[in-house]
Amino acid sequence: MKQVISKKNKIVTLEEALEYITDGCTLMYGGFGGVGTPPTLIQGILDKGVKELTLIGNDTGFPDIGIGRLVTLERAKKVIASHIGSNPNAGRLMTEGKLQVEFSPQGTLAERIRAGGVGLGGIFVDVGIGTIAEEGKDKMVIDEKEYLIETALTSEVSIVYAKKADPLGNLVFDKSARNFNPLVAMAGAFTIAEVEEIVPVGELDPECIATPGIYVDMVIPTKGVNWKWAWE
Amino acid sequence: MGVDVRNRIAKRAAKEIHDGLIVNLGIGIPTLVADHLPQDIHVLFHAENGVLGTGPSPNQGEEDPALCNAGGFPITSVMGASYFDSATAFGMIRRGYIDITILGALEVSETGDLANWIVPGKRVPGMGGAMELAQKAKKVIVLMNHVNKQGESKILKKCTLPLTARHSVDLIITDMAVMEVTKEGLVLKEVMAPYTVDDVIANTEASLKIGATVNSIE
Repeated sequence: MKQVISKKNKIVTLEEALEYITDGCTLMYGGFGGVGTPPTLIQGILDKGVKELTLIGNDTGFPDIGIGRLVTLERAKKVIASHIGSNPNAGRLMTEGKLQVEFSPQGTLAERIRAGGVGLGGIFVDVGIGTIAEEGKDKMVIDEKEYLIETALTSEVSIVYAKKADPLGNLVFDKSARNFNPLVAMAGAFTIAEVEEIVPVGELDPECIATPGIYVDMVIPTKGVNWKWAWE
Repeated sequence: MGVDVRNRIAKRAAKEIHDGLIVNLGIGIPTLVADHLPQDIHVLFHAENGVLGTGPSPNQGEEDPALCNAGGFPITSVMGASYFDSATAFGMIRRGYIDITILGALEVSETGDLANWIVPGKRVPGMGGAMELAQKAKKVIVLMNHVNKQGESKILKKCTLPLTARHSVDLIITDMAVMEVTKEGLVLKEVMAPYTVDDVIANTEASLKIGATVNSIE
C-alpha cells in the first residue's frame, strides 16, 4: 500500500485561534493550580476583552496565575470547578453575586468531562452520596448499590497546554502538567492547543501521544508563562 | 497552631505508614508527614493531580513548573514514578488503591463523619478531591486542632457543617489526643503530653470511650 502522509496543518497564529473564543462562550480549560493552563491563550483572551464566559475546569487557579487571571478580572459569569480556594477573588465574586459557582468533586468532574469527550450522556458515581453534593441529582440503583447520575460536560471551546505537538495536532504532555488537559481536549466542540514545541509529522513516538490529533483543531506556539508561580 | 505542635502531630501520623503502602497526603499538616518517615520505609506517594511516586521538594532554583503537588507547589518524582491524567488519578482512588489518606478537618463526628470543605456563608473553597479520598481510601486519618479558636470541641457527636463523607474517618490525631473510630464508638488511644485523659474528655463533645491503655506521647 502506498504510504500517505497527511498534509493537514493545524498550526495557526494566536489571533486566528482567538477568533473562536467569543463573549458568552463555554470555555473549558486544562490545568491544576495554573500548572498546565495555557498562558498565551489566557493573555490573548484578556487582551481581546472577551467576557461573560462560562468556565469549566478543575480550579480557579491563583489570583494572577492561570485561569485565575480571567476570574480576577471578572471575565467569567459562571464557573464549574472542584476548588476555588486558592483564588480568593473567586470566593469574593461569588459572595457578591457576580460569579455563579457550581462545585463538582474533582474525580467526578474529571469523569464528567471525559464522558462528554467520549460521547456519553453521563456517569453513575457513588461519591458525594449523603452530602450536599447529591442535591438535585437523580439516583440509580445498580446491584443494590446507590449511585448519583452525573451529567456529561462539553464545551464550545477547549483550551489546553502541552509540551509538544505536530501539525496534525497530536499532543505529548509534560509530567503533572497533563492533569485535566487530555480530557478537556476531548470534550471541546473546538479545541485549541498551546504548546512549547512544534515538531514535524512523524517525529512524535505514536506510543507517547496522549491526545490524538483528531481531538485538536488548532495548535499555537506558546510565548511562555507570564506569571510568577506561587512559590517564586 | 505552632510549628512544634504541627510536627508532633505529623510525627505521630507517620507511625501509621508502613512499608509498601500507597499514600495520599492532603494540604497543610499532612504534607509534613513525609518528613517524619524512617529512611528504611518505602512508600509510594499519590498526588491526585496525576503523579504516583512523588518525591521531596526540589532545591531552590531547581523547581519544575510542570511537576507540582495538589497544593500547587513544586515536587520531585522518585524512580519508578508514573504520570497520568486526572481521570486516571481519581480512578485509582475510587477503585480503592489508596491505602492511607491523611487529611485536614474542620469537624469530625464520633461515627467518623468528616466535614472539611465548606463553612457556608464564610469560607467556600470547594471539595477538590477530598470527597473521593475520604470515601474511598482504605484508611482515612485526619490531623486537626482538637478545639476551635473559641475553645469549642471540633470532635462532635454530630457534625454541624456540610459533610465531605459519611462514616469515613478511621483515626483522628489532634494536638491533644489520638482517637480511633470503631464500631463501638470513638475510643481514646493516646494523649499528647502535657494533656491528661481528663483534659481530653473535658474538651471533647463527642462521647469518648477510654482505651484499655492510654499511652502518653511525650
